[in-house]
Amino acid sequence: MTLINRRTFLQSTLAGSVLAVAASAGLLTPTRVLAAAWPAGAFEAKTIDDALKSLYGTTTTVDSKAITITAPPQAENSAVVPITVSTTLPNVESIAILVAGNPNPLVANATLFGAAGFFSARMKMGKTSDVKVIVKAGGKLHSASQQIKVTVGGCGG
Amino acid sequence: MEYPTKLKIRPKDGATEILVLVSHPMETGLRVDAKTKEKVPAHFIQTMTIQLNGKDVAVADLGVAISKDPLIGVSVANAKKGDKVNVSWSDNQGNKGGADEAV
Repeated sequence: MTLINRRTFLQSTLAGSVLAVAASAGLLTPTRVLAAAWPAGAFEAKTIDDALKSLYGTTTTVDSKAITITAPPQAENSAVVPITVSTTLPNVESIAILVAGNPNPLVANATLFGAAGFFSARMKMGKTSDVKVIVKAGGKLHSASQQIKVTVGGCGG
Repeated sequence: MEYPTKLKIRPKDGATEILVLVSHPMETGLRVDAKTKEKVPAHFIQTMTIQLNGKDVAVADLGVAISKDPLIGVSVANAKKGDKVNVSWSDNQGNKGGADEAV
């Protein structure tokens, strides 16, 4: 048990530091770093701002009406909340889904290479909170959010 | 242990939607086993790569907040009939899986 924990801890810290070195040296652009390895720092961040900083290096986003979030206003089962994101923005580079009320807000980050601005998944939610979607298009961060109500507790509750 | 991966490809709004369904526990690492009273180690898919004709179209980094048996969907605008779709994923315990399907 302790061995496994120690190993995963070492792996994640090592991967994180290598990424940080590569990024600070300017060897890789942020998107390439993301595509190359799982961004552990962003997924372990405790707030949306920290996750955004880790992913994109900034927390500045522009509200956009061109992003459509399709999700139930009230989740029947908080362990399986379907969400679909679509956008009409051109040149979509990535789509990230963040849930403000989760212990680790970042749910998923999809990097798209020429695919249409569309991403769907099913996620777990701990409690009623806002769901924020960040779409990176044309080098800018666009955001949209929607509240999803959760009546019963998250995992198996 | 095997984690079957299923692909469903269908036209939607003039584009082609690719749906990926993996039978995977997606443990968060926070759940406590009712019998042993020990925490169940985190076990979740970290990266999923979707390729069209051998070229990456989408790379999704997933976290523990994705539901059990994840269903991931993306859409490609310029897929033709007969194009090859390949999906591969890897989880935090080193397991890998994937599937192939033609449009």
